[in-house]
Formats: sequence, structure tokens, C-alpha cells
Amino acid sequence: MDITTFTSKRFLVPGLIILILLVLLATLPLYAPAYTVILMASILMYIVLTVSWVIFSGPTGYISLASAAFFGVGIYTAAILGGELPLLIVVGIGGLASFCLALLVGALTLRLKGIYFAIFTFGLVMLLRYLVLWWEIKYTLTRGRFVIVVDNNTIYYVMLGIFVVLLITAYFIRRSKFGLALQSIGENEEAAAHTGINVTMVKVITFAISAFFMGTAGAIMATRWTYIDPYIAFNPLFSFMPVLMAIFGGMGQLYGPVIGAAIFSYLEEILLTEFPYYYMLIFGVIMVVAILYMPNGLVGLIQKWRKGDLGEKHANT
Amino acid sequence: MMVTILDVVIAGLLLGGIYALIAMGLSLQYGVARVLNISHGEFIMVGAFLTWMLYTVFGINPLLCLVIVGPVVFIIGFILHKTLFTRLRISSTSSGAFESRSLLATFGLLFIIQNIALIAWGAEIRGYAYLNISVNLGGALFGANRLVTLGFAIAIGLAFYIFLARTRMGKAIRAAAQDPATAGLMGVNINQVLALCFGFGASMAGIAGLLLSMCYPINAAMGLEYTIIAIIVVVLGGLGSIPGSFIGGFILGLVGSIVTYFEPGLALVSYYVIFMILLLVRPTGILGK
Amino acid sequence: MPILEGEGVTKYFGGLAAVSNVDFHVEQGEIVGLIGPNGAGKTTLFNLISAALVPKPGAIRFKDENITGLKPHKICRMGVARTFQEVKVFPNIPVLENVLLGSLFGTSPGMSSADAAREATELLEFVGLSAVRATPAKDLTLANQKRLEVARALATKPELLMLDELMAGLNPTEVAQAMELVTKIRDKGITIFMIEHVMKAIMSVCDRIMVLHHGEKIAEGTPEEIATSKTVIEVYLGE
Repeated sequence: MDITTFTSKRFLVPGLIILILLVLLATLPLYAPAYTVILMASILMYIVLTVSWVIFSGPTGYISLASAAFFGVGIYTAAILGGELPLLIVVGIGGLASFCLALLVGALTLRLKGIYFAIFTFGLVMLLRYLVLWWEIKYTLTRGRFVIVVDNNTIYYVMLGIFVVLLITAYFIRRSKFGLALQSIGENEEAAAHTGINVTMVKVITFAISAFFMGTAGAIMATRWTYIDPYIAFNPLFSFMPVLMAIFGGMGQLYGPVIGAAIFSYLEEILLTEFPYYYMLIFGVIMVVAILYMPNGLVGLIQKWRKGDLGEKHANT
Repeated sequence: MMVTILDVVIAGLLLGGIYALIAMGLSLQYGVARVLNISHGEFIMVGAFLTWMLYTVFGINPLLCLVIVGPVVFIIGFILHKTLFTRLRISSTSSGAFESRSLLATFGLLFIIQNIALIAWGAEIRGYAYLNISVNLGGALFGANRLVTLGFAIAIGLAFYIFLARTRMGKAIRAAAQDPATAGLMGVNINQVLALCFGFGASMAGIAGLLLSMCYPINAAMGLEYTIIAIIVVVLGGLGSIPGSFIGGFILGLVGSIVTYFEPGLALVSYYVIFMILLLVRPTGILGK
Repeated sequence: MPILEGEGVTKYFGGLAAVSNVDFHVEQGEIVGLIGPNGAGKTTLFNLISAALVPKPGAIRFKDENITGLKPHKICRMGVARTFQEVKVFPNIPVLENVLLGSLFGTSPGMSSADAAREATELLEFVGLSAVRATPAKDLTLANQKRLEVARALATKPELLMLDELMAGLNPTEVAQAMELVTKIRDKGITIFMIEHVMKAIMSVCDRIMVLHHGEKIAEGTPEEIATSKTVIEVYLGE
């Protein structure tokens, strides 16, 4: 709420860093090898999924495992419409389709609490997987579909665009009264309702916004995979990864999930190429260790380290 | 027509027995230890592979393997709880936080166990023939191995139910499930009880794997599918209820066998539809209060 | 004209009537007390009015408008605010923002954030929490958390404020401060409906008192009438 601090050093330094990073990212295809561009698109995809997840689940504390469903809806949108409409419109429709699905699901389920919401949203992914599989085999007589091919630089730029829009959206939600309302719902939903907040609407809309970005990410990624089937599109891994990456990075600050997703997905890439036979093992161990020893993620570690630097100022509060 | 109906019903009951068996362990782990174990299916897979190895390499009768597989998987579960989940429980600020953190930790375990299994036993689909003879039930033919599996599922469920109802340890477990803090004050060693429960749950998964390996082909990636079915059954019957697991298992088995009869491709879809409707209408399950 | 009116308000839990066929009314500008032994249905009645629960059967009217079955946030936006028996502040949100939420989402949600911030600051001043405005709510004492709840409720700009055991758990000095706060709020022109166990407080502050027992209204009247009522004394001594 303090507008005066806007010009202070607190904003200038991170602002500059962000600007430099953005310029570096925007010019990446000019100086980096093709492999790096492809890798960066994957990393951005995970960041988009993770930050989208955090927009809703971070403040409200509802653990959604529906990410793979929204991602998959985007993928299928691209598979069905890919050849018929311009790429950006396909991506937008992918997002909108997920947005609508989330509105429907959210209105139905957001009164479920805790573990039940997590289980339900996970069920949604599997339901869509088997429903689409059944439909494809029975009516289109195939198991999978081919997606129109798009060159790697285009994929990268579209993903970068989604990422930037998402970050801006996430930033403004966090700063707005809407974001404060979301947080209050996470802290005490009943009190929030009696303070005049339309809790159902706030939750459903945020859930849908988060789904929108997941859908767009799915639509553009599909063009890179070229062949998709229900097992690829509705893969529970895409539900769990964003949660783990967010926890790994820490949700206290916006940069937490971004860093968490970036490091985690880079790690995945390295492990997959260097240790293909032990990849899951190492990955699993990192997950367990992160959950055990870093409850507030990297952000928590950084803040702890900074606080320690200031000489335990808050020891008594 | 009569024979067909009987056919479908018996097939459903046989399937339901397996579902109940794989759900019981999960129900125990969540109902008492509050761990929604996503790696539950991996313990099933480990049990199945241990049995396969003991049978094909050492020629031990699969049903006799029970006395090896049960304890071995129990110890794995017990140690896991003593180390990982006890630590998580102590360091979590609320029971809600513990539930979500432990759920995610078990997802990590899924990766670890599956990878170890891949290294140890490879990625091939395995199987063996045991009790693979047909039995005539009212005009329909069923594998003897399936019937044995159903019998074992019921026997294990009954035994565990009696254990919970009658023994001192069983009472401590039920007390811990109701109210861990008070149970602790009453002299129940809560960490020990929770670890035992987690171990028992894992052991049941292992035994389920043993029985499954007699009926179906197995492979290192089979776990998740069974975990999901177990979750559905447990939610159907009510989290933490052993009789609920049976009712949920049989309902799901019957539904599966009926839907399969009309439209095989929709069997799994029907599971999720039932599951999601139930979650919305009655999230505490059929037997939940 | 009564600002709040209830007619045959009833609520069953399982087979048990928590509130049974209660008629009540609260006049504009009054302080009305609601007393009764534990389990008499007082908080349930509050929950019915603020729409955490829906009466069945029965009807509740606020300013002559039927509010039965509306959502909690709607009721709040119409001008009915409440506090909770077990304090429900937003623990990790700073004190000022706790109150700000009320200003931003209460009866006048269109307010600019600068106006809302000014108003929230004034309310903190009013309840005496200015010094801790930046502290997360969970770090306040119980008495201060209760004040914060009152400030948050006031921020929604209610015409009717419902206080559920504001004074429970407070020490004598804090009780005196709370009583003063209640009269100050009434002097702002806000009608108050309060559940209270601290008899001294309720007798000196209220204009009128209602007594619930086993979900039924057994008495109603001025503090003097209630203090001397045979039925009321029997209920309290008979427990």
C-alpha cells in the first residue's frame, strides 16, 4: 500500500535485474545454440505451470492436483485446432477452454476441504484421461493425434510471452485487494465470508485464471511434441511437479516458485541425460529431502540467512 | 440370461475382493497415521516382485511366501515411518500441513521405490502360472487363483478387524486414530503406534501384491494404477474404515464388472465418475459419519 | 421499527433442536443482550442471523427485508457485522490489513484504497490498536485480537453489530475497557446485539436482555426485570 517506496532502492535494484533478465531472454535465440532455446522453452513451461499453481494454491492453501487436466485440455485444443487457426488464437482458445473447465470444476468442488479437494482434482485428471481415451478409440478410431509442427524459436517466444503476462498478472493479484482477499480466505475462510468477501467467487475466478495459463502452456507445448495421446496429455506428473517446484522454491515471495521451477526443471534435464537409469531415484531423494528440510523452500532459506545477517532482530516476536 | 448375471456378479465380487485388499492398507495408513500414501502401489509392486522372485528362483510356493513378504514389507514401512514420517510429523505446524507434506513426500518415495525396482528386477512384464485351473461356479468358469485371492482378502480383513477390536495394541491404534494427543497422555507411545500402523499398511500392500502376482502379469510401473484404485475405494468406504474398504471394494468391483460387460472402455471412467459424485455428495464416504 | 426481526426461527441438528421457534426483535439504536446457560443455542442463533446457518423453519428480516438463506457476504454487505466466540482474525496478515479487508469488502466495496486505508487507520485508533498496526494478528494478546475483530467488523460499516462473547477470557481491566468500547460504538449510532456471560457487563450495558434456554426463549425484558425474574434465576441456579 505504500506508494512512496516505489521509487526507492528497494524497487530499483530488482527492477533492473528483471529488465536485464528479460532482455537476455528475449534475445536468446540470437546468441544461444538451438539446444538451449529448446531447453529454455521447457524450463519456461514448468515455471508457467508452477507460478499458475501458486496464484491459486499459494494464498488459499487448497492443494490443487488438477494442473495436468488444464494442461491437457490445452494440449488437446492444439491437437484439434492446430492446423485450422493461427497459432496465437489456438493458444488463446486452449487457455479459454481450461478457464471454462476450471470455472465449472471450481464452482462444484471448492467447498471440499483439505485432502478431499486434492483427491478430487487428481481424480479429474484421470477421469479426463480415460474419457478422452475411450472417445478416441470409439469415435476417431485412433489412440493418439498428430499436432501441427511449429519451429522452435516460435514456441520459445510464445512461451516467453505467456510467462511475462503471467508474471505481471501474478504480481498484480498479489498486490491488489483481490490478493488480500485470497490470503484471508486461506487464513480463515469463515471470517473472510463474514467480512463481506464473496469467497466462492474469489476462489473460482482465481482457480480459473490459474487454469487459463496452464491451458495456454499446454497448447503451445503440444506443437513441440508433435504426437500426443491421452497418456501424454493427462499425465499426473504435470499435477505433482508444479506443487513440488513451488515448495522447493518457497511460496512466500513471487520469485520463489520461479527459481524453484527453473532449478528443478534444469535438474530434471541434466539427470535425464546424465543418469537415465537413476534419474527417478535421485529426483525422488531430492524431493523428499526438500520437503523434510526446506519447509519454506529456497525463499525461506534466503530469508533465514538474511535474518541471521541482521543479528536475530526478530528473536522475540 | 441368469448365467450371465451370475457371471457378472461373481466376476465383480472377485475383482472387489482384490480392490478391498489393496485399499485396506491405505485406509489404515491414512486413517491412523494420516499419510495419504501415493507410493502405496509401489509396496504392492514390491510384494509382487518378491513373490515372483521367490517362486521362480527358489521355487517357494507363492502362498508360503506370505511369511516372508509380509514381514519384509512391514519392516520397510515401519522404518520409513520411524525416520521420514515421524520427522515430518514433528516438524509440521498443523495436522493439515502434515497431511499435504506427507502426501508429497510419498510421491517422492514412489519415484525412489520404482527406480530401485527397475534396477533390481528390470522393466519387463513378468508373470508365472500358479493355481491356474478353472473352477465351475453355477455354470460360469473362474480361475482357482482368483478364488484363493478372494478368500485371503476376506481372511486378512477379518483377522485385522478382530485384531483392532480385541487386542490391547488394536485398542491403542484406535485410540491414536481418534485423538493422538489424548492417546499420548493416556500412556500410548504414539510414535510407535503410528509406525506400526504404517508398517501394517505397507505389509497389507505387500500381501496384496503377492496375491495379485498369482492372477495378473506384473511390472515395475504397475504401482500408480493400484494406488489410484485404492484411493477411490478408500474414499468410497470412508477414510480409515476397514469394513468400509470391503464395501467400497465390492461396490467398485461390481460396477467395474457391470460396466465392462456393456462398454469395456468405460470401466475406469465409471470408477472416477462414481468417485467424484460421492466426493461431492458425501465426502466422508459411505460408512463415514 | 425493528432493525432486526426473527419469526419462529428454528434449527435442528440431527434430531435435536438447537434453536426452537424463537421470535425476537432488535430496535434501531439499542444494545440488546442475549444470555443463557452453555448450550442454550445463543451462538447458533447468531450463526442463523449472519447466515453461517439457515433456519428451518423460520424467517429473519433485516430492515424489513427477508434475509433468510442469503450468503454470509451478502448479509455483511447489507450491514450486519459480527465477531466470533473463538476469535477468528487472519493470523498472518498484519493488523491494519485485517481491518482494511473490512473496509474494502464491506457495505461500500467501491471505496478507493487510499480512503479505505485512512478509514482502517481511524478504526485502529478508535479501538486502541494503532501501536501494533504492522504486527501479524497472531502475535496480539487475546484482548487485542478481540479488539481487532471488532475493528474489522466496524470497517464493514454495519448498522447492526453482533458481538459473540466479547468479554470471555478477559481480565477485569480489559472487561471494563470492552464495556466502554461497546457504549462508544452505540454512540456512533450502531445497533448492538451481544452474547455475554459476564453478568456485570451485560446488566450495566444493555437496554434489553433476551434469555435462551434449551433453544427456547424463556424471558425478555430490561436488565432489572431479568435480574428479578423467577424463571431466569431458576434456570441459572438449577444448572
